[in-house]
Amino acid sequence: MAQRKSDLVVGLFMLAGIAALLFLALQVSGLTPKSSEDSYTLYANFNDAGGLAPRARVSMAGVTIGSIREISLNRETFQARVVIDVSTSVDNIPADSAAVIRTSGLLGEQYIDVSVGGDMESLSDGDTFYSTQSAMNLERLISNFASGQ
Amino acid sequence: MQWLADLGRQGRELIESLGRSGQFLAGFLLGVPNARVGFPLLVKQLYFVGVLSLAIIVVSGLFIGMVLGLQGYTILSDYGSESAIGQMIALTLVRELGPVVTALLFAGRAGSALTAEIGLMKATEQLSSLEMMGVDPLRRVVAPRFWAGFLAMPVLAAIFSVVGIWGGMLVGVEWLGVFEGSFWGNMQSSVSFTSDVLNGVIKSVVFGFVCAWIAVYQGYDCVPTSAGISSATTKTVVFSSLAVLGLDFVLTAVMFGDF
Repeated sequence: MAQRKSDLVVGLFMLAGIAALLFLALQVSGLTPKSSEDSYTLYANFNDAGGLAPRARVSMAGVTIGSIREISLNRETFQARVVIDVSTSVDNIPADSAAVIRTSGLLGEQYIDVSVGGDMESLSDGDTFYSTQSAMNLERLISNFASGQ
Repeated sequence: MQWLADLGRQGRELIESLGRSGQFLAGFLLGVPNARVGFPLLVKQLYFVGVLSLAIIVVSGLFIGMVLGLQGYTILSDYGSESAIGQMIALTLVRELGPVVTALLFAGRAGSALTAEIGLMKATEQLSSLEMMGVDPLRRVVAPRFWAGFLAMPVLAAIFSVVGIWGGMLVGVEWLGVFEGSFWGNMQSSVSFTSDVLNGVIKSVVFGFVCAWIAVYQGYDCVPTSAGISSATTKTVVFSSLAVLGLDFVLTAVMFGDF
């Protein structure tokens, strides 16, 4: 009987460990079963990507519609090339929309905000944003202000 | 010149001890386990090593999470970004404090007990009598204890992190009034399952292996006297703690260092 009781307690212990790992996966890291098919890829070139990082969110009117997959340097234009995954449920972004890098809060992380254009055509898989606006650089802003430009 | 000879002898003894521990590890890892006999022994050791360590792990986790919440809030509220407290608590616990503090507590609570138990078995010649009866003490005594420590460590570390995050939420959300949605939202957007949670689990697996190995080896290799057992128990705690902290630096550099 003692053996069976300790079996039970050890089983509960292992279950608690699995439950803890599940909690870490679902609640803490927000891991949701996400397949790669339900998104399409857009590109955006920025003069200055600032503190933008992979996995940062891409939003439109404050609603998250996708995330950043990769940031690399375009060696020909010396611009930052950002690869964006956008959810397929948002497949009607006007083709003249602009990708703008913004900061959430004063010290928050940077994200891409899509400001909506008015074109009848919409962006599809593999397209590049026509107009972009780079990250606001506080130091550059202050130095411009100081030199009166 | 005497000191030079002493130094050489000590160095040789250290290297010999390392060699013995390696042979010892190979000895019980490669021994073919008998599932019918070995499994109940393993379960029994898991109970002693894992379940009985739960109390200290849960209480420490709770208080460390609560302290993280308080300290983080005081610092972050200077910059008006208290809502980042969730990601701070979660990343600290999942990446570092969970595996490391659990391993340190585990070495003190379970590792020392394993060493003392095996050491006393050796001192009272129970290990030699087992061998006389044709039972391999490595398989019968050492292997279940080692595997129990190895399996229990990741489970304890995961429980530690979860309890810590809950303690941090208790302080941050319930007490200091951080908005619950941004607490979890910030956490989820910044903690990644593969690079944070899984790396933490890998750390705790490595620490479990090292702590269990040191504990059973020190017990098996101790001088079979009461003074020998006491010095072996001390060595277990000291060596395990140093190994955990040193390995933690190496693992962190490999996992999170961008180079």
